[in-house]
Amino acid sequence: MTAGEIFVEPVDRKEARKNKAAMAAAETAKRISSPGASIIAIILAVLWTIPTFGLLVTSFRPGDVVPTSGWWTAFTAGGGGFTFNTYKEAWTTQALGPNFLNSFVITLPAILIPITLALLAAYAFAWVDFRGRNFLFVAVFALQIVPIQVTLLPLLKTYKWLGLDGSFWPVWLSHTIYGLPLAIFLMHNFMKEIPREIVEAARVDGAGHVKIFFKVLMPLLVPAIAAFGIFQFLWVWNDLLVGTVFSGSKNNAPLPLAVQQLIGNLGSGNRQYLLSAGAFIVMAVPLVIFLALQRFFVRGLLAGGVKG
Amino acid sequence: MDWLFSPVTAGDKILSMIAAIVIFVVVMGAILLAVGNEKAPSWLVAAGFLGPVVIFLAVGLVWPTLQTIWKSFQTTANVIGPDNQPVRNPDFSIQKTTSFNFNNYKSIFTDSDLLRVLGNTLLWTILVPLVATAIGLVYAVIIDRSRFEKFAKTLIFIPMAISMVGAAIIWRFVYAINDAPGANQIGIANQFLVWIGLKPINFLNGGLATTFFLIIVMIWIQAGFAMTILSAAIKAIPEDTIEAAKIDGASGMKLFTRITIPSIRSALVVVLTTLAIGALKAYDIVKAMGNSNPTVDVIATRFITYFNSAETENLSSALAVVLFVMVLPIVVYNVRQMRKQEETR
Repeated sequence: MTAGEIFVEPVDRKEARKNKAAMAAAETAKRISSPGASIIAIILAVLWTIPTFGLLVTSFRPGDVVPTSGWWTAFTAGGGGFTFNTYKEAWTTQALGPNFLNSFVITLPAILIPITLALLAAYAFAWVDFRGRNFLFVAVFALQIVPIQVTLLPLLKTYKWLGLDGSFWPVWLSHTIYGLPLAIFLMHNFMKEIPREIVEAARVDGAGHVKIFFKVLMPLLVPAIAAFGIFQFLWVWNDLLVGTVFSGSKNNAPLPLAVQQLIGNLGSGNRQYLLSAGAFIVMAVPLVIFLALQRFFVRGLLAGGVKG
Repeated sequence: MDWLFSPVTAGDKILSMIAAIVIFVVVMGAILLAVGNEKAPSWLVAAGFLGPVVIFLAVGLVWPTLQTIWKSFQTTANVIGPDNQPVRNPDFSIQKTTSFNFNNYKSIFTDSDLLRVLGNTLLWTILVPLVATAIGLVYAVIIDRSRFEKFAKTLIFIPMAISMVGAAIIWRFVYAINDAPGANQIGIANQFLVWIGLKPINFLNGGLATTFFLIIVMIWIQAGFAMTILSAAIKAIPEDTIEAAKIDGASGMKLFTRITIPSIRSALVVVLTTLAIGALKAYDIVKAMGNSNPTVDVIATRFITYFNSAETENLSSALAVVLFVMVLPIVVYNVRQMRKQEETR
């Protein structure tokens, strides 16, 4: 249940879990599961889904009926029918298109750079002997406790001083910095689990550290990279705080920031219905990834539960 | 180089992204090439592998934290001349003087408006973990081995995947109000009130009640996290333990309080502390749903309000430090609990 355990699930344990699951299934067949519990579970699940479902329905209704009738009337005769216009309007007149691009431009380097740096650092902590290794590792580990708020103002001033404000660099660099302590911790947990003999054997064959890293360890690390990659993607794509502070101009604003500003502009007017499409434009990519990669996704998210 | 440092068009933005990745790859490639020799001493290898990280963390986390702590003890004031007027610089700007004291902290803990910010933050930090964990636990228990387990879990977990800004809009529509007499309600919450014969409520007009309604949104998001972790912990309880307890005559509630809860105790602690840390830093929901109403502010939102003006930036630093101090014990406890779990497994 620790970050490491969720993150790194060795094959044999997976097997054990499978066997256990089979046993449990057999037992369930014997033991009739209580229908009362199932009903409560279904009610809760429906209750949890109604808010999202309601907004989804709203986003496909014509804009003029949204302020006068609830989404639950959409399926009745006078419900006004369904349309794609809200999405078209949000994408074009509210110019969410460019913000979608910004989010993409921000996210890719903000995933690649911290993962690469964290892998290298984790390798050094796990397999290179040097003086002060333990001290440095504990220091990096301890940095997980720093809330990003404590660093925002001085960092912003540093970027201004370097002349980087107005570009994507502050956002890329900040996401890298904030992602590193957790990434190093998780990658190190994984590296530790790789048997020493594998690394030793490569060393006996005369391979240097760089070669061992790329040829021997990287292939074994793919699941860990996928899980952390998904977690970092979610964190960056859904982030509002870092985007607000560091993206500088409206021109560079990522989607959540643009949509949050949309709430301010349209929040109480009669064009509020545009927010429904705006919300689903922000949520679309994470939802697709969630449904496609649920397994990795849950593991990555749980592993990173302590970040923020 | 405008396209790299202030891109405007879509093409320039993509180009700057590619350039950033290429620059990174080239720099790292050069470093690795330099230390890649089989005979390179291990300190050089360590420097190559760790150097960039150490620089990033030192410049990006350690140094800013020290600066913020330093600034939180500073206050600036106008220099007053013998004529009781502010003294002006040659460029006519007012001369400022900086002094060191506890004034920022004093105002945080005495000013009634800021005390409310602290109070709201505490409410978030206590209610979100307790309620979300309770719901997640109940759900994990009743759904364990039921027929719809996987599907129902997915439904509860989805709110974790979406951005909090998206969640805020979802709930703005849930809480929407039409207060014209006789008008149709468009928010399901108020429609529900009308259905059971009550008057619609303005859920988001500020005050303590609104804070509770915002906390509900956070609980809606986090219950999935609690459910997933606790469900895994429940599944890990050895079958023998449960069987033995059953032979001893335990069942239902007794089984739950005597066996289930003690067996998943450390997972419970991890969930509670993780959610508390998240709630302490709650920013997005309050920002996107609170309508800039100061009565629902928490530390993380007020911090941003103060952050943008030279007059209040020292106060915002002090707020950040208060946040740090509040998070610290929870994180330490969380990490220690995780380590303990790791050792016992």
